[in-house]
Amino acid sequence: MESPAAFFRKAVLIFRRRRFYSDLDEELAFHREQVEQEFRQQGMDPEGAHYAARRCVGNETFFKEQSHDIIGFTFEGLVQDVRYGWRQLRKNPGFVATVVVILALGIGAITAIFSVLNPILFKPLPYPRANRIMMIWERQSDGSRLFDCFATFLGLQQHTRSFDALVAMKPWQPTMVGAGRPERFEGQQVSANYFRALGMSPVLGRDFQAADDRHKGPAVVVLSDGLWRRRFGSDRAIVGQQLTLDGDAYTVIGVMPGGFENVLAPAAELWAPLQYDPSLPPRSREWGHHLRMVGRLRAGVSQKQAGAELDVIQRAWGQTYARGYNESGGVPAGTLLYPLQSDLTREVKPALLAVSGAVGLVLLIACVNVTNLLLARGVQRGGEFAMRAALGASRKRLTRQLLTESLLLAIIGGVLGILIAELGVRALVVLSPPGLPRVNAITVDGAVFGFALAITALIGLAVGLIPALQSNRGGSLELALHRGGRVIAGSSQVMRRTLVISEVALALVLLVSAGLVLRSLQRVLAVDPGFDGSHLLTMQVQESGHYYDSDAHRLQFFKNALAAVRMVPGVVSADFTSQLPMSGDYDVYGMQFENDRTAQEGGLRYAVTPGYPATMRIPLRRGRRLNQGDTTGAPTAVLVNESFARRKFGDHDPIGTRVRIGPDAGQGEKPWATIVGVVGDVRQESLAVGAEDAFYVSTAQWPWADDVLSLVVRTRGDAATLLPAIRDAIWSVDKDQPIVRVATMESLLDISEAQRRFTLIVLEAFALVGLVLAATGIYGVLSGSVSERTREIGIRTALGASSRDILAMILGQGMRLTAFGVMIGLFGALLASQALVALLFGISRLDAVTYFSVTLLLLAVAGIACWLPAARAARVDPAITLRAG
Amino acid sequence: MASKPDLMPGTLDLLILKTLARTPLHGYGIALSIKRLSDDVLTVEEGSLYPALQRLLLRGWVKAEWRTTETNRRARYYTLTAAGRKQLEIELSQYEQVIAAIGRVLQHA
Repeated sequence: MESPAAFFRKAVLIFRRRRFYSDLDEELAFHREQVEQEFRQQGMDPEGAHYAARRCVGNETFFKEQSHDIIGFTFEGLVQDVRYGWRQLRKNPGFVATVVVILALGIGAITAIFSVLNPILFKPLPYPRANRIMMIWERQSDGSRLFDCFATFLGLQQHTRSFDALVAMKPWQPTMVGAGRPERFEGQQVSANYFRALGMSPVLGRDFQAADDRHKGPAVVVLSDGLWRRRFGSDRAIVGQQLTLDGDAYTVIGVMPGGFENVLAPAAELWAPLQYDPSLPPRSREWGHHLRMVGRLRAGVSQKQAGAELDVIQRAWGQTYARGYNESGGVPAGTLLYPLQSDLTREVKPALLAVSGAVGLVLLIACVNVTNLLLARGVQRGGEFAMRAALGASRKRLTRQLLTESLLLAIIGGVLGILIAELGVRALVVLSPPGLPRVNAITVDGAVFGFALAITALIGLAVGLIPALQSNRGGSLELALHRGGRVIAGSSQVMRRTLVISEVALALVLLVSAGLVLRSLQRVLAVDPGFDGSHLLTMQVQESGHYYDSDAHRLQFFKNALAAVRMVPGVVSADFTSQLPMSGDYDVYGMQFENDRTAQEGGLRYAVTPGYPATMRIPLRRGRRLNQGDTTGAPTAVLVNESFARRKFGDHDPIGTRVRIGPDAGQGEKPWATIVGVVGDVRQESLAVGAEDAFYVSTAQWPWADDVLSLVVRTRGDAATLLPAIRDAIWSVDKDQPIVRVATMESLLDISEAQRRFTLIVLEAFALVGLVLAATGIYGVLSGSVSERTREIGIRTALGASSRDILAMILGQGMRLTAFGVMIGLFGALLASQALVALLFGISRLDAVTYFSVTLLLLAVAGIACWLPAARAARVDPAITLRAG
Repeated sequence: MASKPDLMPGTLDLLILKTLARTPLHGYGIALSIKRLSDDVLTVEEGSLYPALQRLLLRGWVKAEWRTTETNRRARYYTLTAAGRKQLEIELSQYEQVIAAIGRVLQHA
């Protein structure tokens, strides 16, 4: 340690550096003169004495460097290193640009991907002790999960001791009618404890109380912060005021805080109490499986214990209420319990994991590439470092210099990486499949960024040290100077080749993954949905207001709306359906057969206007379609789909079979309906999910009239352009009825494959980056090798090798490396494809076509990367190279 | 370079201080004086001498000034300061202790 006095003298010296060094020079000159004189006195000739003295009291630079170490401060060295490093880097803009771009891509990509993954998969949900919140489903006898019915919720809620709060919820889309167009909101109807189960409470007003959530209870509503600001100008006096929703006056009782993130229904902007009937009247909505249930585990109770308890309760409850359950599809076998977070992410997990695996590979390739570049540069700089060492730079100093340069590169790459991550995150959010949870919580994640930067920088640092280590192997100056600008391969070439092989292998894994998903998507999109999706405009039309409490009014409005829409020029045909394929609708009801009364059957229920199958161009296989005669009062006519008919009847003709449908199933006093036709299968959920049992019935003959139907319009030209005219036609019937969820069927078909498409886009991008990096790697190694072998090539040419021979030799060298990489990569892809199985459709993960074609692609690109240096080698003129040696 | 016995670590400062204790000298003079007094056994390289002098300067144990030599050349003379004189005593006594200790070990080993 320095004494304060010494520190002070150093500080003073900063301003007298010039004087200090001129003193030193003069002092050394004096010293040299004295030595020279001494030599002359010993009898040397004057010239000899002069040079002898110079040799003796040599190297002024060395003295200066050494003195600087003594009188200078440590950080001065650092500043100098940075300056020198910067100069070095500026001399090699190509090298710098390459390294920086690779670093930035690697760091940016992994930061972007993990910024998306982090809130979805890893960060706890934004609620206190969020890991205690469970999602609860009914379990069917085959183990699959089912939405809960209110009866189940009531039974569990009354008897469970495992939960602090157990709540049920369902979507709610009330319409607010004002001066302008009717606005439909996204909302939820929830049990009184909903917010308490999540651990949140309103910031204004009050939470729901038990008294709010009773049958025929008060019409009260809690608003989201967003809606409160958007529609009500952040008016603090909103609490206690009334809104008219669906024709009813609702009192605002509270406003949720801005920080409240409602992961169970991200779009929901207002909440009302559920208010179901706890007396569980038969065949009521209380028995319909359409609720979701969430519970907060009591302290000390494990998920397993809670699940066991719920099963016991459910069994006893199911026996007590067997009749009610049997009328709605049977007594559930038990319950299914999942932590809320894993339940929410179940669907998107395969895609996210595939993407994160891919980004890991990209980062690896980036690291390998940077390593490769630094190795090559290290070999080239061996001479520079040997020279500096000879001029008196200490080993410590050289090491520090290299570290400084690597850090400079890492910092520049890192800054660019942040930008790429920002852009990447935005692009990912735009591309993300619908249903991606917590989209709003996605931001660039500093921790991940730091992590990626650290990894890449560490590798850079470690590798960057190689030239310093090499320059310190004694006596290398002579060697370095002797070989001049030429570079000798040695061990680092072996290392570089190994790295290139691994790059090729990693790139191939990415390419195979992208290829498999691409082929799956092609297969899926080639699936026949069972209807003609072109020139088809769809939208949801809702009836709102008490006028539509009567079934007759409901049916009349839809009938009039249809008549108005059919008048619009360009409309070929138009019809309504209770559920629309590819829209997320999923509505199943039971069916009882006269000839097999005990079997519990059921299927997707389509309550449609009679022309629906024709408008959708669903083919008729047997019997007749529905027509205007199938209306109120007439015997109920039912169509079933092909696979339902085949499964139930085999080769027998189902036409004329009598059935009871929906709530009538199992009700002895209800009249029978008749199957009058069989139509083709339709994919309801997505193209990838096979056809399920389904039946069609006229809206007028279904036991009740739905108040929300989807309109499908077959158009002559571009479907989307007719939207304004069609909307006006509906509003000409009643201007207060909201029209939502407008989409062409083509876009719905696209969206239904969004997850696969999202994965594909990301995988394709990464595979491309991997391919380019691998090609760069091959090119770099090969051109380095050609430079080193110039003399050898010259000699070969002089001895008679043709330029074709040389071309073949270098190409062969490069392609051998590639072939090695391909073999390892194919093996890696076999393993990696296991992670993709969930995303594949219609092909095996070992799909030969994919493996073969991406291998060809890789070989072609590698061929180009090899050909460039090979062509250069073939042009080597022996006369020039040999003379230069 | 012919091999010569190395100075014991830390003794260069002591030698310089001791040399300067008799009379102010320039760098060459210091090197020459040490060489002669040690009968050519100890050679102080310039590469060690000047950095050592710079360190002593920084610590305030010597001070430097430009004077003229007997041959009328400008040379930088180093003079021991009061602090330097004190440091010399400390280093001398430390040195003697160490030498005595080594001597004892060598006698009994």
